[in-house]
Amino acid sequence: MPASILVNVAVSGLLTGFIYGLMALGLSVIFGVVRVVNFAHGEMMTIAMYLAVVLFSAYHLDPLLMMLPIAAVLFALGYVMQRGLINPFIARPEHSQFMLLVAVALIIVNSLLLIFGPDARSVQTSYAYDSFQVGPIIIDATKLYAAAAAAAVAAGLFAFFRYSLTGKAIRACADNYQGALVVGLDVTRLYALTFGLGAACVGAAGCIMVLLLDVTPALGPSYTLLAFVVVITGGLGSMPGALLGGMLIGVTEALAGLLFTPSAKSMFAFGMLVLVLLFRPQGILGKSAS
Amino acid sequence: MSRRHRPSLDITRRQVAGGLGAGIVAAVAPFNIASSQGAGLKVGVLLPRSGVQAGIGQDCQRGVEIASGILKDMGLPELSLMNGDTESNVETARSRAERLIGEGAQLLVGAFDSGQTTAIAQVAEQKGVPLVINIAAAPPITEQGYKFVFRNFPTAGMILSDAFANQKAIFESTGSAPRSVVFMHVNDTFGVAMQKGIDAVMPKFNMPYKIVETIAYDPAARDLSVEVAKAKATGAEALLTVSRLNDAILLTRELVKQRWSPQAILSMGPGWYEDQYIKTLGKLADDPLSFVPWYDPNKKLSQQLEAALAKAYPGINLNTNHIYTFEALLVAADAFKRAGSSEPKALADAIRTTNIENNVSIGPGIRFDAKGQNDALKNAGIQNRNGKLLTVAPLSAANAKTVWPLTPYDKRA
Repeated sequence: MPASILVNVAVSGLLTGFIYGLMALGLSVIFGVVRVVNFAHGEMMTIAMYLAVVLFSAYHLDPLLMMLPIAAVLFALGYVMQRGLINPFIARPEHSQFMLLVAVALIIVNSLLLIFGPDARSVQTSYAYDSFQVGPIIIDATKLYAAAAAAAVAAGLFAFFRYSLTGKAIRACADNYQGALVVGLDVTRLYALTFGLGAACVGAAGCIMVLLLDVTPALGPSYTLLAFVVVITGGLGSMPGALLGGMLIGVTEALAGLLFTPSAKSMFAFGMLVLVLLFRPQGILGKSAS
Repeated sequence: MSRRHRPSLDITRRQVAGGLGAGIVAAVAPFNIASSQGAGLKVGVLLPRSGVQAGIGQDCQRGVEIASGILKDMGLPELSLMNGDTESNVETARSRAERLIGEGAQLLVGAFDSGQTTAIAQVAEQKGVPLVINIAAAPPITEQGYKFVFRNFPTAGMILSDAFANQKAIFESTGSAPRSVVFMHVNDTFGVAMQKGIDAVMPKFNMPYKIVETIAYDPAARDLSVEVAKAKATGAEALLTVSRLNDAILLTRELVKQRWSPQAILSMGPGWYEDQYIKTLGKLADDPLSFVPWYDPNKKLSQQLEAALAKAYPGINLNTNHIYTFEALLVAADAFKRAGSSEPKALADAIRTTNIENNVSIGPGIRFDAKGQNDALKNAGIQNRNGKLLTVAPLSAANAKTVWPLTPYDKRA
């Protein structure tokens, strides 16, 4: 097999992995701070995808340009969800949280089905079929733009947590919950902000993902599962881990499809998950409880 | 203030199981609607109305919706339709079939997909309720000795034999043929049956090409970039496919993005001629050749069906989904009339002696052999051209000449 094909496929997998990483970043942020696992993660992404489709159909607005406003809508949704719905469950056992968020996921899937029907919907941008040729390598333009946008959003999020006062306060909550209470931080508000930020990440990922995928209401659950695979591989609660996990899964799927059989792509991704769970249960960049 | 419950950063089995549970529970959750209307024979119509095959399932439903008026004009009795959604899922198909029978369905029609139809056939046989298959090509369905299962649709072997014969006719008429093809097929019951069929049938036809590589892919795949890169790397001159709708769209998009215009796309399954394919891709949808069960445009009933579809759904081309779903209901109504009863055993006996010559599909008409298979059906080679579907083979039934080779994607407006 020519090396150029191998490189082509690896680059494509890496670009896809960036987007997986951004999608999983929201899940990791929420768990890392609020310690709630968002089982409605993929479903929230489909809300963003539908918003992007509606805006594109009605006003021909490019989903990449709509990333900020749609992320803001998802931020508001996440904030309200956390304050009104999830906060009362924070001190409850994990199975209660699980049932709550599965219920939210089901409500989202079926609401989307009622509103939009089961048909796949897509966005056809002017660059949908463009590609760049660099020597023997052909790079899908949409994937490249999408990966660049994912990298920009992730960098913004890292900067927020590192340099802003609110970001530092959120990190303080994550590192030492009681200490945060002692120094007078409004933990309830910070939790809601964090959930909102996680949801905003998903919103941005949805805008990017809609460039690559047709959206249906049934899309959410498979991406919730994928987000879990990514964050568990990278390390639940670790932001760099989510990005690394996304890239690893993206490249693994692509190369497994090329070198073995395309039908086995998911098998290899899950195989990697099993290996991580066996040999490094906290994930590649995750922190051990001990 | 009490310390809140704070799980550790370690991943617990509960979290992983929960994640998987969330996916599974939410995946099987969409609405399922079974509705009944009117009186007469209660026919449960099972189709993939949601999920990955929703586009095709809803296209089949168009065949259901235009049927009642035509059946009435033919003097056939009214059917009371009960709609069921298989959600493109084998297990759901099985449970919906059981539910429809439990709700009083006296005959079942469906279900487009071979895997789902196999599950429904098992239920129909077990409950003693006739199943008239609209579309499903996997041969084993009518090889089980079932007494209540009838198929008015060609098997994979029949589709392939006609496909190879029609391809040779096209190669002869154009004076050109590919020397190598890469075979890409969807990895489901139908796709695997076709792949096995190709291995068995192709040697008998002395085709001018050889298959340089076979690439199977997930029917629910959302990205086929790797598959197309692998296919392109084989250096094959043409692409041979067995696909569905969504993957046909994805394959075409990747062909364009990866700058590969094969000499021809030879499809032996659905997808490439569907209206949604044509509408989604516009000019990029032109030129693929599909070798599929089709209709005889010269038959009177075909023209009636075409007119009814044009009236109900302007701009949509009559296709396999409408034709065979309509014919399944035609078989049901005809049997109900002759049986004079809605008793399942009487209906099955009546279906077994079906002899409908006034039909739509290519061939002498609808009748079933001892296995419940209509083995006289014939297929056609069709080509997409400017949003229309033209018959290019067999040459005796052709209404257009083949565009050959495929117009390169980068040369299209």
